Amino acid sequence: MMSYRTIIGLEVHVQLLTRTKLFCGCATTFGLPPNSATCAVCCGLPGTLPVMNRTAFQLALKAAVALNCTIATFTKWDRKNYYYPDLPKNYQISQYDLPFSSEGWLEIETPAGARKIGIIRAHLEEDAGKMLHDERAGKNDSLVDLNRTGTPLLEIVSHPDMETAEEAKAYLEELRLLLREIGVSDCEMQEGSLRCDANINLHVPQPDGSFVATPIIEVKNLNTFRGVERSLKYESERQAAELQRNLDAGVWHVDATRTSKFRDYRVSPITQRKSDGALGPVSKATAGWDERTGRTEIQRRKEEASDYCYFPEPDLVPVTVDADTLERVRAELGELPAAQKTRLQSQYGLPVYDAGVLSRQGRAFVAYFEAVVKQCGDAKEACNWTMNDLLSTLNDRKLDIKESSLSPENLGELISEIQATGLNKQRAREVYAVMLDGLTAKQAIDKLGFKVVADEGQLLELVRKAIAANPKAVADFKKGKVKAADAIKGFVMRETKGMAKTEMVQQLVMRELAKE
Amino acid sequence: MLDLTATELLQRQANGDSSAESITQTFLAQFRQHDSRIRAFLHVDEADAIEQAKAIDAKRKGGESLGKLAGIPVAVKDVLCTKGRRTTCGSKILQNFVPPYDAHVITKLKEADAILIGKTNCDEFAMGSSTENSAYQTTRNPWDLERTPGGSSGGSAASVAASQAPLALGTDTGGSIRQPASLCGIVGMKPSYGRVSRFGLIAYGSSLDQVGPFAQDVRDAALLLEVIAGHDPRDSTCVNTPVPPYTAMLDEPIKPLTIGVAKQFFGKGLDSEVEQAVRSALKVYEGQGAKIKDISLPHSPYAVAVYYLVATAEASSNLARYDGVHFGHRTEKFAGLIDMVKKSRGEGFGAEVKRRIMLGTYALSSGYIDAYYLKALKVRRLIRQDFDQAFAQCDVVMGPTSPTAAFKIGEKADDPLAMYLSDIYTISANLAGICGISIPCGFTKSGLPIGLQILGGPFAEEKLLRVARLHERETDWHKRRPAL
Repeated sequence: MMSYRTIIGLEVHVQLLTRTKLFCGCATTFGLPPNSATCAVCCGLPGTLPVMNRTAFQLALKAAVALNCTIATFTKWDRKNYYYPDLPKNYQISQYDLPFSSEGWLEIETPAGARKIGIIRAHLEEDAGKMLHDERAGKNDSLVDLNRTGTPLLEIVSHPDMETAEEAKAYLEELRLLLREIGVSDCEMQEGSLRCDANINLHVPQPDGSFVATPIIEVKNLNTFRGVERSLKYESERQAAELQRNLDAGVWHVDATRTSKFRDYRVSPITQRKSDGALGPVSKATAGWDERTGRTEIQRRKEEASDYCYFPEPDLVPVTVDADTLERVRAELGELPAAQKTRLQSQYGLPVYDAGVLSRQGRAFVAYFEAVVKQCGDAKEACNWTMNDLLSTLNDRKLDIKESSLSPENLGELISEIQATGLNKQRAREVYAVMLDGLTAKQAIDKLGFKVVADEGQLLELVRKAIAANPKAVADFKKGKVKAADAIKGFVMRETKGMAKTEMVQQLVMRELAKE
Repeated sequence: MLDLTATELLQRQANGDSSAESITQTFLAQFRQHDSRIRAFLHVDEADAIEQAKAIDAKRKGGESLGKLAGIPVAVKDVLCTKGRRTTCGSKILQNFVPPYDAHVITKLKEADAILIGKTNCDEFAMGSSTENSAYQTTRNPWDLERTPGGSSGGSAASVAASQAPLALGTDTGGSIRQPASLCGIVGMKPSYGRVSRFGLIAYGSSLDQVGPFAQDVRDAALLLEVIAGHDPRDSTCVNTPVPPYTAMLDEPIKPLTIGVAKQFFGKGLDSEVEQAVRSALKVYEGQGAKIKDISLPHSPYAVAVYYLVATAEASSNLARYDGVHFGHRTEKFAGLIDMVKKSRGEGFGAEVKRRIMLGTYALSSGYIDAYYLKALKVRRLIRQDFDQAFAQCDVVMGPTSPTAAFKIGEKADDPLAMYLSDIYTISANLAGICGISIPCGFTKSGLPIGLQILGGPFAEEKLLRVARLHERETDWHKRRPAL
């Protein structure tokens, strides 16, 4: 098995959360009957003209600022010309040489720590429609649904900075979190509001210290986060095997005469014999990911780059962005997930992992957590309860934090109650479960009839009884097995049906055992 | 009544001397009598026109307030969308296209209570200078039926010249209003880019196209422009600045008036009779106290070349949508999608349109775009700068509208380059985005009209019209009518 570096760059399209399309007033609602959300403008009827949706541009600006991009003060629209039945004008209004934003970054967590993934550019464009192929008996029809045509899309192109499939997935997840948090997109991969194409190849070390690059494959049709990860894993292994096979068979050659620089090393391309007999580079290819078979299928090798005849869109005027607008966008952004994570660590003393889990749940969840802390004053416990119990309740019931039947004040009160009474975890969870019906901690405890035994005399008696009943545990404890004390504690808990105040039992057991 | 201007027809109605219906009937009768020879119109719905007229008369009778063009028939070039009415662009590919909306200018006409009398013939997708490129018919010049009315708005120009309508709308991408106005002996004006909304104008060269008026005289042209100009939120390139009342100050001469005369507009290829007529017009102005100043528009010799790169590049993309998939002509028999698109376009487009699509696609192709399209954009900017400098020294620039009077049908049909040169003086105004007008300024010995082109700075329509009006007051070229 050869060792190699995997080089991955992602091209992500997200639909912006606007009510209407990018250049007309049609609704962007998902799942409407085919061709019901269309008008003369998005159908490209002759004589119609596009008018830019200002909200879409504002949302795109927000995303680019959150992605630390440089915002262009002057940006324009271009036409990308190509023929396809789902593109009624046979050109797409997009941005070519002057995108509204460029050179940003997004930080992801990797096993080796946090890393910045560079972003080449983010630009706005209109979406195309959808083709539906009706191949029922006797039919050979292709149907076109133009509802999606003209929906605002933000295309975010990363640098080839990701080195593993896991990193690619982490980047996508981080991107989704960010864009959802700032209200730019709902990023539903299943509904197509987040789409991803991945460019991947390998840099394989050579004995002389240089590297050879396998031909780049663009993996398309990635519909799930898991699919992104699986396909890239599969594709890197496939490319490694393909390289070995083709080098061994003498089909591919390493062209060490035309190296290029990548990061801090040099890379040689692969060449192969063309039909005219001369050695030429192996061109980039497109591959489709088949979720079912778990394979990538090479669709076509592009012999030459497509010519989209880009030129400035004469029907739209250029857009200028001034400093005030940018300032306003920045102010509206609020705290972004990365900054929030850092703050959760410093302000509440949470470990990196916990801060990460909280911040990944989104702003509303973090706000909930902070309200719980405010109520009970114990960040560690607040974190444990929200991140474990509350989160699994929400997941089980498929609820959003905003739909939680348990208020943060009540959860805070429960934590305070536990601390005050010494209610053990198991009983506390029972209280929690009842509280989900909208009860306060006190109401729930009353309902369950829980009465914490905190009478020292009563507990001392039970402890002594336990010691007398467990001579082996006592003997073990004396030999230095501290764990053996658990048997004594367990006896007391059983006798009190779990209602003994934990700390008090602990103290008494230790004191009494010491006397033995 | 046929010799009356729109302004006079409005007056007659106000006085109770005529009705919208009688006016419409009169122009329809003229249409019936002469259009089988002139072929200015593609579609006329007489019953509908009468209905519109009756409604206006009823409004007047009911004491309702009426629009600025109440009861005035207006002919409309068939590249402007009319709701529920066929709009073909003179092309087979849009033979059965019925727009579900009105162009902004049509809405404006309706709001002004004008009568939409019919849709006029034009070169296919407004590509041409003789109206010979229509897929349906060749329009003839009312002054000489062997000759073309010019183009591409030849149908509109001929309809006004032949008194089949007192007013008409055309579109001007490189001279398509001014050149036919000149060849037909009437007034035709191209407003500044952005003055009139392009919504519903089926695009040829989007950064150059403008809708403008044809009329018998300057006052009528001013009146029609007043109605159609102004902001429209549906066209981002349409400016949001107030429209001055062009007719209000029309008879006030601009004083002092400096007229720029560029030597580039009097070069090789200019017919001597045309030059003479234009020089006499300049004399008329001098007689009124205007100062003539020699200026230079050094980049204007490149205008035709720049135009045929910019306009065709835009056209190649604008016309991509006619693929037989969503609307327009679809071929009968085909094997697969690509074959369907190829055949539909091959059958639907005429030779000139195909030529320009290919030219434009080539100019935008990778490897050529820098040398052609992008270079053309740079020269276009220089052409605009030439005019900026000119208008810093003078109020208007004058010259011939077209190098020759009306040419014969078929004369240039097989020589695209010769045809392209008939727009040599008009094209630079579109590239610069400025306004221009053509007014009658004389006749050749053989009796063909000659046009004077006056160019004004961006959004200087009011000044331009007042300058044009000054010449008209001193001459009566505009009063001559062809013998039909």
